[in-house]
Amino acid sequence: MATAPTEAAQEQIKIVTDATCTFCGCVCDDIDLTVQDNRITEAKRACVLGKAWFFSHEIEDRPSCLIDGQPASLEEGYDRSAQILTEGRFPIIYGLSDSPCEAQRVAVSITDWIDGTIDTTTSVCHGPSGMAFQGVGEVTCTLGEVMNRGDMIMFWGSNPAESHPRHFTKYSLMPKGLFTPNGRKDRTCVIVDVRKTKSAKAADLFIQIKPRRDFEALWTLRALAKGVSLDAQEVERQTGVELAVWQDLMERMKACKFGVIFFGMGLTMTRGKHVNSEALLALTRDMNAFTRFVAKPNRGHGNVTGADNVVAWRTGYPFGVNHARGYPRFNPGEYTTSDTLARGEADCGMTIACDPMANFSQPAREHLASIPFIALDAQETPTTRAATVAFTVATYGINTGGTVYRMDDVPIPLRPAFDSPHPSDFEILSQIEMRVRQIQGVRA
Amino acid sequence: MTASLMKIAGGTLYDPANGIDGEVRDLWISNGRIVESPGETAAKAARTIDAQGLVVMPGGIDMHCHIAGPKVNVARKMRPEEKRKAEQIRRTAITHSGTMGSVPSTFATGYKYAGLGYTTAFDAAIPPLAARHAHEEFEDTPCIDKGFYVLMGNNHYVMQAIHENEPQKLKAFVAWLLGSAKGFAPKLVNPGGVEVWKQQQSGNVSGLDQEVDYFKVTPRQIISGVARATDELRLPHSVHIHSNNLGMPGNWQTTLQTMKALEGHRGHLTHIQFHSYGGGDGDENTFNSKVTELAEYVNTHKNITVDVGQVLFGETTSMTGDGPLGYFLSKIYGGKWFSGDTEMESGCGITPIKYKNKSLVHSLQWAIGLEWYLLVQDPWRVVMSTDHPNGGSFLAYPQIIRYLMDRTYRQDVLNTCHPRIRERSVLADLDREYTLGEIAIITRAGPARILGLTNKGHLGPGADADITLYTPHENKQIMFEMPRMVIKAGEVIVEQGEIRHAPIGKTLHVAPGYDSEIEPDIQEWFEQYYSIRYRNYPVDPSYLHEPEVVASNE
Repeated sequence: MATAPTEAAQEQIKIVTDATCTFCGCVCDDIDLTVQDNRITEAKRACVLGKAWFFSHEIEDRPSCLIDGQPASLEEGYDRSAQILTEGRFPIIYGLSDSPCEAQRVAVSITDWIDGTIDTTTSVCHGPSGMAFQGVGEVTCTLGEVMNRGDMIMFWGSNPAESHPRHFTKYSLMPKGLFTPNGRKDRTCVIVDVRKTKSAKAADLFIQIKPRRDFEALWTLRALAKGVSLDAQEVERQTGVELAVWQDLMERMKACKFGVIFFGMGLTMTRGKHVNSEALLALTRDMNAFTRFVAKPNRGHGNVTGADNVVAWRTGYPFGVNHARGYPRFNPGEYTTSDTLARGEADCGMTIACDPMANFSQPAREHLASIPFIALDAQETPTTRAATVAFTVATYGINTGGTVYRMDDVPIPLRPAFDSPHPSDFEILSQIEMRVRQIQGVRA
Repeated sequence: MTASLMKIAGGTLYDPANGIDGEVRDLWISNGRIVESPGETAAKAARTIDAQGLVVMPGGIDMHCHIAGPKVNVARKMRPEEKRKAEQIRRTAITHSGTMGSVPSTFATGYKYAGLGYTTAFDAAIPPLAARHAHEEFEDTPCIDKGFYVLMGNNHYVMQAIHENEPQKLKAFVAWLLGSAKGFAPKLVNPGGVEVWKQQQSGNVSGLDQEVDYFKVTPRQIISGVARATDELRLPHSVHIHSNNLGMPGNWQTTLQTMKALEGHRGHLTHIQFHSYGGGDGDENTFNSKVTELAEYVNTHKNITVDVGQVLFGETTSMTGDGPLGYFLSKIYGGKWFSGDTEMESGCGITPIKYKNKSLVHSLQWAIGLEWYLLVQDPWRVVMSTDHPNGGSFLAYPQIIRYLMDRTYRQDVLNTCHPRIRERSVLADLDREYTLGEIAIITRAGPARILGLTNKGHLGPGADADITLYTPHENKQIMFEMPRMVIKAGEVIVEQGEIRHAPIGKTLHVAPGYDSEIEPDIQEWFEQYYSIRYRNYPVDPSYLHEPEVVASNE
């Protein structure tokens, strides 16, 4: 039992065990948080990015709602938002990858009621992988399979040491699993990239290819897998790597028991885009004629995978979905947000947990700044500053619960640490949806 | 609150569970349930539906389909090419928009089931690690009550408990797992075979007595063990089995062995059409039907029930928890292929597929399905299914009903098939025709009884007021394609194909008791091998919309 002097102090300290970090797609759910005075003071087992995420979180001393930069009541904000979204002819809703599924579902409903276009940040990260998936499929697994069986771990255009710091230790390289009892000793790690990243030192074999030649490198491996003879000089000229290196790699790939290729935006956002992803997925598929091999995109945002899932189960398509005809249609490049903005088509919008004003092309940014739109974010960003209505939201996983999907589609519940005075994006979107229904005459 | 009464007056009832086969009777509904007639003197019904001349049946129950969860959603993402040319589901003032194709979006799935007069459906294969996902989709799948079966035929803990000959431990784990996932029944998919697929290239088990590497158990032991545990737990449904060797010539022997491996315990063999093939050595030329032999065994063993998994001609998506089968099919068809292995539990394979009536194999599969309906004598033990979307869409049920009720139509279609199926199937010789009462059994009363759903599949007092009214028609496909009216929990949800109301529907699950002393052992195993925390695994009740715990059998 606690003694009197420490009791008061203890009352203020709260421990949240098995909390989930939503900073990156690893969605580690084994974090023990120490909470004191509405601050997280300790985040046991969190990585450097996770710690930064938890420790830097403060309740924003900002109004929950701003209209045209002026503080406003939430009610006014909801009304104005519904008005903006229903008055436009080409409304777009974008972001969603840092919101729980519960909020994402409401966002898709709103899109439906306003015949709008919905898109997620997938379209600017692994959208090409989604398109490649539609072309060739995917052989994949959950991260626990990698942990228990993976004996050849490859990373292609992905730098987890900096982007997913616990990837190696928790899932892919270090863990001792059922068929990998010696952890790292049971695994070969190969990293393919155009530059020597911080991850490279974890590799047993680092292969530095010519920039923008991922497609050629992957097809070299596909050819070798099938036993096609290749011209050594041409291979080196195209990929920047000797044929013998590729041959050695292919021998190792065929000899392993359970191979895994994690790939990142170094592959999907370079020359070739979805054909690169397609080549990698096809190579993985080919390898299953020799041994077991799987592939997995290393997804970035905490719930970008949830966004893909929610949009897909409600509309049939994973991102870039247009409802202008009253039913969903899909066409990346046509209905994806960076494009509808850059072409000046969208005439109103809503951004949820994303910052297009910081990372879209100049024409897209200029157009977004010129149209009425709503922004939901936990923090002030260039996007919230440009928004007609800006909501400050409670942070998911820290202040609010809900569900997120890890990069391997495993759904994980959130355990919030402390309350926020700001509403959650679920609450805000639900309020807006209610008003949109009234305006549009929806009784569903 | 006084419960208002609704009356369905003068309809012709088909309620086989209560021995009613085409009698004109009134039905009374209050508070979402069917009630006794209040008698002559009682208050009048607030609403009376004139059902004169209409056929009245309980709402349809699909006991084996794939409508939610990770596998289904991957198939949606993978098949955009089907959707543009498919029927468009536009949003209305009361319904969401959606997409069709072989794997409809969630809302579209609910509306289409309701439009067909179905009010309950069970997803057949959910990995417990992704149970949350299935529940989230269920909440977006309106108009029907839903539940799912929990994959456990390749679960490491299950295999270990069997290997260690610890039936009590197995039983407790089965109960814990069902309770954690908020699932409805134990499901075995290619027991043992999926684990071998994870271990080695093209891995699988070839028969019931092949030992699974490392775990040192056989498929036979898994089947017997889980069947026994299921019965000892008195679960409302039996163990639900997708047998080993699906689709392989000669697999009927495996199927027969599976039935025997139940050792007298209840067992439901699903999509049995895919498991009834003679022939061998992967040689297409030897492929033939073995339904006569298997149906004979089913006819004489009351512990066994089946659903058919009817194949229909056309394009669809094959999706299965049977990883090695997915690989096999992708090699045959050469199209895109998805395979997803779930740690400690299960696998998954998805590939597009097209059934052609000019193909000998596909024609035979079609005929073998129909043979099953016609050769099982007791309609209470054979259930209509297409294994949606594997054999075809659930939207094909009216077509199957026509095949069963109209032998001329059946023969006409048979004549368009590959001619050599006549040598390999007895379908041409079968002249049995189903009655409306028998259709009511294989589409609602039977599955309700097999699932242990005492409030469903019948129209007696106390039953859920899930009711479908059909306009009789000589062409039974037309009759069953568009019910006159569909009532769900006492509310009219569909009239003549139009949605009137779209309630979310209940989640049906079980919550069997177990010895909680097992939990530390599960936790220790779990935290050693899973990639998420033990505490984050069970599905919280907050994920369940209108949950209903279906009680254990007495």
